Amino acid sequence: MRLTKWLVPTLYIVFLLLPIYWLVNMSFKTTNEILGGFSPWPKNFTTDSYVEILTNPVWYNGYISSISYVLINTVISVSFALPAAYAFSRYRFLGDKHLFFWLLTNRMAPPAVFALPFYQLYSAIGLFDTPWAVALAHCLFNIPLAVWILEGFMSGVPKEIDETAYIDGYSFPRFFVKIFMPLIASGIGVTAFFCFMFSWVELLLAKTLTSVAAKPIAAVMTRTASTSGYELGLLAAAGVLTIIPGAIVIWFVRNYIAKGFALGRV
Amino acid sequence: MTKTWNNRAWFLVLPVLLLVAFNAIIPLMTVVNYSVQETFGNNLFFLEGTKWYQDVLTSSRFHASLLRQFTFTFIILAIEIPLGVAIALTMPRSGPWVSVCLVLMALPLLIPWNVVGAMWNIMALPDIGLLGYGLNKLGIPYNFTRQPFAAWFTVVLMDVWHWTSLVVLLAYAGLRSIPEAYYQAAKIDGASRWSVFRYIQLPKMNRVLTIAVLLRFMDSFMIYTEPFVLTGGGPGNATTFLSIDLVKAALGEFNLGIAAAMSIIYFLITLLVSWIFYTLMMRGDEQ
Repeated sequence: MRLTKWLVPTLYIVFLLLPIYWLVNMSFKTTNEILGGFSPWPKNFTTDSYVEILTNPVWYNGYISSISYVLINTVISVSFALPAAYAFSRYRFLGDKHLFFWLLTNRMAPPAVFALPFYQLYSAIGLFDTPWAVALAHCLFNIPLAVWILEGFMSGVPKEIDETAYIDGYSFPRFFVKIFMPLIASGIGVTAFFCFMFSWVELLLAKTLTSVAAKPIAAVMTRTASTSGYELGLLAAAGVLTIIPGAIVIWFVRNYIAKGFALGRV
Repeated sequence: MTKTWNNRAWFLVLPVLLLVAFNAIIPLMTVVNYSVQETFGNNLFFLEGTKWYQDVLTSSRFHASLLRQFTFTFIILAIEIPLGVAIALTMPRSGPWVSVCLVLMALPLLIPWNVVGAMWNIMALPDIGLLGYGLNKLGIPYNFTRQPFAAWFTVVLMDVWHWTSLVVLLAYAGLRSIPEAYYQAAKIDGASRWSVFRYIQLPKMNRVLTIAVLLRFMDSFMIYTEPFVLTGGGPGNATTFLSIDLVKAALGEFNLGIAAAMSIIYFLITLLVSWIFYTLMMRGDEQ
């Protein structure tokens, strides 16, 4: 019984790690070895692919632009969603339920539907090919998600706390920043994590809204895959480097992840 | 919690409303515009009425992608939800390994989607990939760029790899909210493993599982990047799901009218199914 209890999660984790191992394996091989045939680990261990990526501005600028639009998006999404989530968790107002569902519908909108109109919209307002275009476009699905998660966490805070603070003479903004936000700090952390995650993994919109200056790393990779033949080693190394920021972020929020997925209202 | 009626709460919602409306309504209106017009270039548009909608709704190509889309979503839901629940049930409830498990399991969720595609492409290559080479070595002829079944198998396996963790994490969060006393009571009553699951664990996971099904439905229904990078929609059209077909029509063939009408129909289907799930979830909440 004890053995089977460990067996299932262990097998699952091995299954999860295999493709990642294979990617890491490829990234340390020379192109010749990759094209030469199957080998379970690199025979001529080389870090050339990584050196190429970290020294070539086309490559590392991809990382810089990806990280900048992800950070801008996370800050905008969380700060806009905070007051809205408070309103939804504390008050009833005209059309609140419809508004909430309408917000969620945007999380359901297939990005493929929006790709072309977004291109035209952001070209028209002159933001095309800047991190701002991608950051704002990703708000389409991140803000509804942020409102949804934050609302769950806020509903867990008793309303008496608000009332006591108002009686003590706190104004709304002061109460919100000084008392309320520290109370839901873990919720804010989880929300930021989710915004980071969904903005970091999305490619269709990010690729459509950029051309040269703000090209995300994921788009640089697709270009490499199609133009310069089949440089699998480079592609694999770039892939490995895109996993690292996510892994770091998970490590910081590991204790809140499970709770955050349940959106705080299990 | 009882909520007070206060219409001034609208001011708190206003920033979100404006930003999302800017992103959602202007593009949506553009799509609606294209879907009822015909253009011959030079920014000249002519009203077409519902012609594009009729074209899309009667086109066998659209029916085929829609069928593929529903089949795919159904298969991955049927695999990922039970598998995720099973894994969550076997996870340790506390201890130092929990964090390690959670971090490792969450890893696939944070990999950019095209990297997921590229990774599985490398993994499945018949001559040098671990999966492809392994299967062929075992005597199973496998080539996902040629055999439609192998392509489907690979795409489904990739999605299970990519997203089962989401179900695990959600189900696990639901399980952790069950007080220890419930299990002790069940033990005293001599409840079987199955009845503990059926009458204690499953009802407690009800809500998170609805969220899981809703999220997995929405995301698998709009899947684009991963299968596009892995198979490019092929071989032939075998793995051309709705989004891939849509992007092909819009950007590849520049059939603006068709693509726009298709977008609207696509969006409405997603909306309808999600609304059903959402209503069920909210009803469960009120009980």
